[in-house]
Amino acid sequence: MEAPMSIDRSGAAAPAKSRRRLQPWEWAPYVFISPFFILFLCFGLFPLLFSVWLSFHSWDAATGLGGMTWVGIENYEFVLGDEWFHKSLFNTFWLAIASGLPQHLVAIPLAFFAHTYLAKYRNTVVGIYFLPFITSSVAIALVFNSLFSRDFGIVNVVLTSIGNFEVAGLHPLSWLFPTTNIDWGQPQYTKPMIAFVVFWRYVGWNTVLYLSALQTIPHDLYEAATIDGASRRQQFWYITLPLLKPMMFLAVTMTIIGNLQLFEEPFIITSGTGGLDQAGKTAAMHMYNTAFVDSDFGTASAVAWVLFMLIALLTVVNNKIFSQKD
Amino acid sequence: MRVLIKRRVIAAAVVAGLCGSAADAATTITVAAFPALDAAVKAAIPLYKKLHPDVEIKLVSLAYADHHVAMTTSLATGANLPDVMAVEVGFIGKFAESGGLEDLGKPPYNAAQFKDKFARFTVPQATGPNGSLAAIPADIGPGTLLYRKDLMDKAGVTEADLTKSWESYIESGKKLKAATGAYLVASAADIKDIYIRSGLKDGEGVYFDKAGKSVVDTPRFVKAFELAKAAHTAGVDGKISAWSNEWSEGFKRGQIGTQMMGAWLAGHLQTWLAPNTKGAWRAAQLPAGAFASWGGSFYAIPTKAANKTEAWEFIKFLTLDKKMQIESFRKLDAFPALIEAQNDPFIDQPIDVLGGQKARQLWKVAAEKIPAIDVDKYDSIAQEIVNAELEKVIEQNKDIPKALADAKALIERRARRR
Repeated sequence: MEAPMSIDRSGAAAPAKSRRRLQPWEWAPYVFISPFFILFLCFGLFPLLFSVWLSFHSWDAATGLGGMTWVGIENYEFVLGDEWFHKSLFNTFWLAIASGLPQHLVAIPLAFFAHTYLAKYRNTVVGIYFLPFITSSVAIALVFNSLFSRDFGIVNVVLTSIGNFEVAGLHPLSWLFPTTNIDWGQPQYTKPMIAFVVFWRYVGWNTVLYLSALQTIPHDLYEAATIDGASRRQQFWYITLPLLKPMMFLAVTMTIIGNLQLFEEPFIITSGTGGLDQAGKTAAMHMYNTAFVDSDFGTASAVAWVLFMLIALLTVVNNKIFSQKD
Repeated sequence: MRVLIKRRVIAAAVVAGLCGSAADAATTITVAAFPALDAAVKAAIPLYKKLHPDVEIKLVSLAYADHHVAMTTSLATGANLPDVMAVEVGFIGKFAESGGLEDLGKPPYNAAQFKDKFARFTVPQATGPNGSLAAIPADIGPGTLLYRKDLMDKAGVTEADLTKSWESYIESGKKLKAATGAYLVASAADIKDIYIRSGLKDGEGVYFDKAGKSVVDTPRFVKAFELAKAAHTAGVDGKISAWSNEWSEGFKRGQIGTQMMGAWLAGHLQTWLAPNTKGAWRAAQLPAGAFASWGGSFYAIPTKAANKTEAWEFIKFLTLDKKMQIESFRKLDAFPALIEAQNDPFIDQPIDVLGGQKARQLWKVAAEKIPAIDVDKYDSIAQEIVNAELEKVIEQNKDIPKALADAKALIERRARRR
């Protein structure tokens, strides 16, 4: 009943309208939605802008906020010319490709297989593949550290027992398998090991993504193809893959973003150091160590923003690749 | 109406409760620490409460790394700062230079007068570049050489062989390897780490000189690298890093013959690293007359702490009270920084894991001789770089002078904001 009255009171003049009191139904929605914006401002936008500001300063956090000094773009100059940053970027890309590509190459056929051939046990099988994704990273670190222990790990026990396999005084497999324990901590093994753990951890996640996309593809397409005499392989190639493309775009984008920010797995496997020769130190780890080990928060913020620009660039490229063929 | 009354009753109760607790304890001080130092604080609380019933002590304990990250963040923002902050020696240089901690050398603390009461190398560690005393030492870790007596006997190696010189130490390792198959040292880097600390005079730094210039290309480092490489060439190093699975397994299975570390390692061996080797170990001074320290804890007061007076009283109790220091010496085997407490008869107690050896006497001597090395906030970066270069020397046969020159360039690049 009040609404028409307020219109009456405001008359025809526009300024009068803006002066009238706001009614509850007008401001209430903003109150209801405000918790998100308040939290986002405090914990999202403010840290974001503060880190931009910080990246132009020299700041050892232990000195308090008063210890910030303006250095202009010196942090960015240092980061872009820094050998350690280059190395960590190289490691990041190496790991992104070595762990990311197999994830999708395995997850798509796996999802197709689970979708087509497994009826009753599909959820169980997919659930098992998904399990590493929800496993605590500490448990993963413990398991892999004991598996790849040089002197006492089961991986070395298996490999050397194959390498030392003896037939009539000869070791026929010793050219392919090691005969003595491999030191998995050596720089040349660090990256493959991390890539394997990352692959193992996320392949189930991608399988679930692809499986859900497969379930949205209408069945009659396959029925029509079967009537037309298309084989299973042709169906996969000409129906499944093209229709999976939107999901592939999403999954690959997420893998790119996730892998370029890779932190947890290399951090726990190399106990925070990046391993010998920093072979397993990713850009995100470099950023963390610059801030919390070297206490150089300004440079660490610059690393973060350089990394952000790289990820943004790659996402754009990814977007272009996937939208081209449409 | 009923709801309203209920609410009022609750509010009244809450207010009464607050007043009540406020009346019981005038002040609550917060102590932030990490294991195993938190056990010393825990032990101190009931004793302190007897003397000061009006002070409540709240202990906040986090894991070692988390504690120091949390303290860095608190110092940065000035929020959530404890009244008493425990700081490990690895972070004391950084925190002392930050200016976020009270200068305890100045009034009202005047702690400079107590300087001579502590093991002599500890106070300079807690001293900032401008001469401020940022923290008071609580416990120390005098360096020692622990060795497996049984394995050495089998190999015909005596303690003198191990400690006479570094060359003789490595030579003993060859005999040990031949007779028992055990490695002399877990990692060749251990030898380097001791050598770069030996022969230092008071006021000198390990990696930097007084002017903040890196000294990693000096003969001290060259020799340290040569020794480490010699040990590796002789095949007496296990290439096992400390605190790894291989490390503890190596101790349990008798594959590591000696370990140079803080005296507290004996306690770790007994409790969890290798309880099965109890009695087989002995302690000696470090080879070639070197003296070094591993670990050590301090207590500091943040500049923005709320209850500085009470905090200072509690720190004095923790660090300067002989009884309290002896208490944590006896119960937790934390080697006291307070010299008076080192004279407790507990020093003459035989140690089980060391076959009844009265090794604490030995460690007391070591504590007196450890030089008062100057710490630098870039020490941890320098250490990381030097270790990486040593790895290249050992694994990839990199030329030592080249490796050290590279290390120096890298260190100076990273320590660009001195």
